[in-house]
Amino acid sequence: MRHTLSVLVENEFGVLSRVASLFSARGFNIESLCVAETLDPSLSLMTIVTRGDEMIMEQITKQLNKLINVIKVTDLSEKKFVDRELVLVKVKATKTNRAEILRIVDIFRGKVVDVSLKTLSIEITGDDGKISAMIELLRPLGIREIVRTGKIAMLRAVK
Amino acid sequence: MKLTGAQILLEGLKREGVEVVFGYPGGAVLNVYDEIFKENFKHILVRHEQGAVHAADGYARSSGKVGVCLVTSGPGGTNTVTGIATAYMDSVPLVVFSGQVPTPLIGNDAFQEADIVGITRSCTKHNYLVKDVKELPRIIGEAFYIAKSGRPGPVLVDLPKDVMLDSGNVSFPENVSVRGYHPTYEGHSYQIERALQLIYKAKRPIIYAGGGVILSNASKELTDFTKILNFPITMTLMGLGAFPVTEPLALGMLGMHGTFSANMAISESDLVIAIGARFDDRVTGKIEEFAPHARIIHIDIDPTSISKNIKVDIPIVGDCKRVLTVLLKEMEGHEDETERVKGRVAPWLEQIEKWRNKHALAYELEDAIKPQYVVEKIGELTGGNAIIATEVGQNQMWAAQFYKFTKPRTFLTSGGLGTMGYGLPAAIGAQVAHPDATVIDIAGDGSIQMNIQEMATAVQYNLPVNIVILNNSYLGMVRQWQELFFDRRYAYTCMENIAPDFVKLAEAYGALGFRVEKMKEVVPTLKKAFKAKRPAIIDVVVEKFEGVYPMVPAGASLKQMLLV
Ligand SMILES: Cc1ncc(C[n+]2csc(CCOP(=O)(O)OP(=O)(O)O)c2C)c(N)n1
Ligand SMILES: [Mg+2]
Repeated sequence: MRHTLSVLVENEFGVLSRVASLFSARGFNIESLCVAETLDPSLSLMTIVTRGDEMIMEQITKQLNKLINVIKVTDLSEKKFVDRELVLVKVKATKTNRAEILRIVDIFRGKVVDVSLKTLSIEITGDDGKISAMIELLRPLGIREIVRTGKIAMLRAVK
Repeated sequence: MKLTGAQILLEGLKREGVEVVFGYPGGAVLNVYDEIFKENFKHILVRHEQGAVHAADGYARSSGKVGVCLVTSGPGGTNTVTGIATAYMDSVPLVVFSGQVPTPLIGNDAFQEADIVGITRSCTKHNYLVKDVKELPRIIGEAFYIAKSGRPGPVLVDLPKDVMLDSGNVSFPENVSVRGYHPTYEGHSYQIERALQLIYKAKRPIIYAGGGVILSNASKELTDFTKILNFPITMTLMGLGAFPVTEPLALGMLGMHGTFSANMAISESDLVIAIGARFDDRVTGKIEEFAPHARIIHIDIDPTSISKNIKVDIPIVGDCKRVLTVLLKEMEGHEDETERVKGRVAPWLEQIEKWRNKHALAYELEDAIKPQYVVEKIGELTGGNAIIATEVGQNQMWAAQFYKFTKPRTFLTSGGLGTMGYGLPAAIGAQVAHPDATVIDIAGDGSIQMNIQEMATAVQYNLPVNIVILNNSYLGMVRQWQELFFDRRYAYTCMENIAPDFVKLAEAYGALGFRVEKMKEVVPTLKKAFKAKRPAIIDVVVEKFEGVYPMVPAGASLKQMLLV
């Protein structure tokens, strides 16, 4: 099963590589990893998307916690959370399909961020479902290039 | 107080109570060495940096203190890697200080530059690159604290040359606190309560004790616990010495070369109480068939050890000593239950006794000297009071099987990594920690050549370690696998006629050299060597084709033992 982990770490050099080498050394897989500073500049937050059964997830969580620079590990998948990813897509745009592309962008509340004679570049933000739906619609039109940030995620507030 | 980086380091070592540094100098650590020289700080000059780390490791394992090394940048650092990985696998507290090129040169492929922090990331508990002299006091404090607390392990501190030269107004923090590091020492009381309920219900229990018991100095508690319950106990290679193997309840080691009784008992048990052990593959054999009928209680300070290889019923994260102390305390009010479980377990002990009598550890005396005999005689001659280091291979397993370990911290062996060349430098480190002890390296003819240069260290500091080579003219353990699984095709394992003359070699280093070729010479020669109180090699020519048995083939279940 897929899990989204939120990992609070010390904002120090080498921490990213400790986390990454832990995953590779122990054969855990990383689907995506995002990292940036938090409000407190001495800390960074990593969002890691990974896969594993219960026993593997237990190991991943414990092994992360064992790293000295890791302060807190939360498996968001056990809770209610929101996640977002930002994607840039460069699509082949011809006279005939330009309008269709713009319609799709509109439906998904994307943004055109770059235009050329032959392409349109689109920015879209959303969760997994939205992003893959849009990609599936654009694919037949000819995707030239796609760049994804990987997922960031946050617990929902308790109401 | 304005001090240079090098002075701060020395001050830090003193504050941490460090008595001795094992090291080897070079360009990047000249300033530090100058300070060591001026301060007359105790330093043991090894002959290879791997030797420095193993020596610090032997010092640490035998004394319980943190072992400290100092090496130069580049090759000095890379030479430590095997030693650090060895210590990491066996949870030995070390702090390794490595020199580094000056900070402006880092990343430039400077002379003798190696990214030692990157290289050792996966074999240290933690590591540091010191970028500013002001950070040095804090980092030294953290390094020692991290090395010795929780599950111990090696920590590396990389010291760029300019940082060691730089000076700053520094003060040492009184307390160390590391934001993301909080080992759990106290076991969860609810889990301990549940564990006790299982213990009182057991019919066929077995205690399975590992190196964690020794690391947490819990031998006494373990012994009390075992004896009060009158439960049988088996130990891992790393756990030997945690409970006296001479006691009737002790079944010896379990696993690949464990005793018949230990492997049978754990396989048939209905309750396994794992204490400071980690269900290593050499211990469990085929994991699906390990203790198939048993409920498992697992006490360990490292949460990642629990439910890593095997699902446990009752996890107790905590320090072995403290958890056992609580268990003992809880048991105090329940003498009647203790008596009841003892009664229930009696037939189980009888069954175990039958297994023990059916296939005890044994060997046949023949004309050729049997390596097991040599180990037994070492045990008898030293009254079990020696500190035994081993190399890796058959020598290691025979030492584990035939020397009767009765005290913790008397067996130094590379269990996790299986590092040939560990024994001699480890013995040297142990002798530094225990100047009056009899320290013996039970060695193989192959392994001893991996760090033989440390003979010079032993001689220089007059450290009377005895190296007993069980010389079978083979990389014996590998040969044994070739015999069993490769139709006796002995690919590159025969060292016959190509080994050095170990007696002359010892003499060349200024040590004593003895050769033993006949059974009746074994005891007198060992006696003579032990009495001489000088570094010595005793080269014992043993039966070439002797094997280590029982043996569970890799991947087989523990009950599938080859017995001869
Ligand atoms: C550094 C290293 N290289 C290779 C091995 C693989 N290995 C394990 S046991 C062994 C043979 C050791 O031979 P020897 O020291 O003569 O011991 P014996 O088994 O003959 O007692 C070898 C090569 C190892 N454990 N460590
Ligand atoms: Mg040999």
